[in-house]
Amino acid sequence: MTDAQAAVVQASGIVKVFGAHRALDQVDFDLRAGEVHALLGENGAGKSTLIKILTGAYQPDGGTVRLSGVEVAFRDPLQAQGAGIGTVYQEVNLLPNRSVAENLFLGRQPTRFGLVRRREIVARAQELLAAYGLDIDVTAELSDYSVAVQQIVAIARAVELSGKVLVLDEPTASLDRNEVDRLFDVVRTLKSRGLGIVFITHFLDQVFEVADRVTILRNGRKIATHTLSEVTTTDVVRLMLGKDVAFDHHPTGLGGAARGAARVSFTGVGRAGSVAPFTLAVHEGEVVGVAGLLGSGRTEMARLMFGVDAPETGTITVNGVPVQIRNPVQAVAAGFGFCPEDRKLDGIFGDLSVRENIIIALQAKLGWFRALNPEEQIELAGRFAEALDIRAASHDMPVKFLSGGNQQKVILARWLAIDPTFLILDEPTRGIDVGAHAEIVRTINRLREEGLALLVISSELDEVVAYSNRVVVMRERALVAELSGDEVAPETIVQAIAGTRDGPGTPPSAPPPANGTGAAA
Amino acid sequence: MTSPAPPRPGLPLRPVGQPPGPRPQPIWMRLARPQFIALAVVLLINWALFPGFFTITWQDGRLFGSLIDVLNRGAPVAILAIGMTAVIATKGVDLSVGAVMAIAGATAAVMVTSGLPAGLAVLAALGVGLACGLWNGLLVTALGIQPIIATLVLMVAGRGLAQLITEGSIVTFADPVLVFIGTGAVLGLPTPVAIALTLMALATLAVRRSALGLLIEAVGVNRSAARFAGIRAGVLLVLVYAFAGLCAAMAGLIVAGDIRGADANNAGLWLELDAILAVVIGGTSLMGGRFSIPMSVLGAIIIQAMNTGILISGFSPEFNLVVKSGVILIILVVQSPQAARLLRRPDRKTATASEGKA
Repeated sequence: MTDAQAAVVQASGIVKVFGAHRALDQVDFDLRAGEVHALLGENGAGKSTLIKILTGAYQPDGGTVRLSGVEVAFRDPLQAQGAGIGTVYQEVNLLPNRSVAENLFLGRQPTRFGLVRRREIVARAQELLAAYGLDIDVTAELSDYSVAVQQIVAIARAVELSGKVLVLDEPTASLDRNEVDRLFDVVRTLKSRGLGIVFITHFLDQVFEVADRVTILRNGRKIATHTLSEVTTTDVVRLMLGKDVAFDHHPTGLGGAARGAARVSFTGVGRAGSVAPFTLAVHEGEVVGVAGLLGSGRTEMARLMFGVDAPETGTITVNGVPVQIRNPVQAVAAGFGFCPEDRKLDGIFGDLSVRENIIIALQAKLGWFRALNPEEQIELAGRFAEALDIRAASHDMPVKFLSGGNQQKVILARWLAIDPTFLILDEPTRGIDVGAHAEIVRTINRLREEGLALLVISSELDEVVAYSNRVVVMRERALVAELSGDEVAPETIVQAIAGTRDGPGTPPSAPPPANGTGAAA
Repeated sequence: MTSPAPPRPGLPLRPVGQPPGPRPQPIWMRLARPQFIALAVVLLINWALFPGFFTITWQDGRLFGSLIDVLNRGAPVAILAIGMTAVIATKGVDLSVGAVMAIAGATAAVMVTSGLPAGLAVLAALGVGLACGLWNGLLVTALGIQPIIATLVLMVAGRGLAQLITEGSIVTFADPVLVFIGTGAVLGLPTPVAIALTLMALATLAVRRSALGLLIEAVGVNRSAARFAGIRAGVLLVLVYAFAGLCAAMAGLIVAGDIRGADANNAGLWLELDAILAVVIGGTSLMGGRFSIPMSVLGAIIIQAMNTGILISGFSPEFNLVVKSGVILIILVVQSPQAARLLRRPDRKTATASEGKA
């Protein structure tokens, strides 16, 4: 690897703007020949935007992309492919109902007199895949094979077509451990052949296993690029979750906040393929923060609590009384509220008015025949809009015209209107401007002071620390640690998230990652 | 960010009014909707073609005239449109209503010709319609099949079912009750018109006085968010398809009573498309959400007014379809968001800016 230092791809000062949102802000990225370069960041950090610019799906609003030293401006992915940049996505986008061989040569079949030379295709496909250690019947339909094999076929096709750069966008998300190993063998082979490989994933251990360098993005900015042998998991987690907005830490001496009675408790609640059984109680006047990386099972835990996914094991009690929660209707009946992570998809009713969006959960709880009359609706919407400072020209306007922060407050108002016993907020500040951000954090603190029991999931550690009495940490779809008192600090949380995977660089002050108080089974 | 410490949201505060919103529109603004204009234009053209168009006479205890005829002929589609409105509001569609009409008509006809009482036959026909609707609803909710496909099943199979019931022939009858449903008069109005207006009023009251209307709209706008908000979306969906089936059975009874027979092949043929059209002309979006049952009925009347106009003008029926599609195209273009934006552009710069941001 004598040419290891030569950059195949050199992107500098990349800017991409969507409306008022800067998806990428002066991002630099370079990829060397013969290296695997991991790209890390939480949702919305700008990973996929950067990839789409490198592969021609988006055009940058600023900055330059150089391929082997030559400045390029791709119109579309096809042009990027022709120039040497191939991409394989999580969802294999080949033709499942055609044979493996046809998929490999689709659009460039060897022909004679305008007819496809089927036998030559089969022979060449077999030869090609042999180089990837695959000995399969290439005349069988692609869908007959596992996702892992389909991924390798997609990689083979991309490398054949492009040959300089391979972008793997979350290729391992739906693979099991053996399949991941197989895929990584292929990645290492291609690396030794001098390809530059960009690897996007949520799995930190895989990054350390296969990648040489890592670039971390956060909120559209490049945070750092490091050689992986020189950093620890903790360093990487810290960089991913680091601080953007400063909050007052423990404004009211939260650590030892007096706890009221347990409002809700979940005992051994779990579901196969979702989250391992966990035990957690949330008390009156308490905020329990949930920390963990994307894909660690944070959202899945919230979905189980709210009955979006029905729990398979465990019991749930509200104020000491056992309740059954197998769907959101039962959860709402038990007085639970849930502000979901994807506001647009699961939260707002875009075409309905602000007022209707606020009263809808209460109306659903009251039932079909106890309709809130217009006066009651106006009163409720007015009261909660004032309490949460929702800025809308009119409560009759469709909620889709409100800013993200105001939409989030509308959903919060919707749940406050049912006078909840327990409120779950999943990433309440994502995609919200800084002003509204601080306001939501203040609102969470206020609701806690007023005696509500809250569970708040957030990727932003400083934020979690600012409002949580306790923090539970999720890793690999299980609740692995519960931190309280002085342990509720960014550094401790980072270490708990990084957990046992941590390398030699772990600071000696690291607490035991799982002390068993919160984790069950 | 400015308010110092707002009071606790959970506790009742003094009732506060909402911020200044749009004032209620004056009557002439509401009547300026494209649907009202379209109806007025179509009626005026009919009047120009046939000067006696607006003449209504009282004879034998009932009203007669071209306008009454428009309402009478339009009643089956109007009734279908009432049921279709609720389905379309949930972002669904029901292609089977025409076939369900045939099934209901066949059921009633076969029952009265075999000597069963007419009341029972009517109840059975309505029950069969309801069952068909439930079937559609279950395919859509329990099996998660796309509505257009789920209801296509019954659209195709339904005619076969109706033919099985009539054993392939046109079953004629002279039962006075069924004939009354098709051709009688109530308080001077033709029975079909009376049924359609009553159903419209009842359905509108039912959805607007209860929470059903809002919840149906919520499911149509965002089914996932509806689930997260604790709305029983599945039950609501089954309910709207069942209601559409019930409406189709009523329309089927009217059509059968009108011709005094059940024609499994032709009863209600393609009427599902007219019903969908009526709903769309009425302003309910096929993307689900906001709906208005009376406006859908108005849509059905516009369609029938065009049909009647072309008939009385003496043009050939082929011409009918071309004119109809032309008028519909105009109405849809006027209603489209793009047109609304074009019309609004000069004075609503700020509104579009905030739209872009959202």
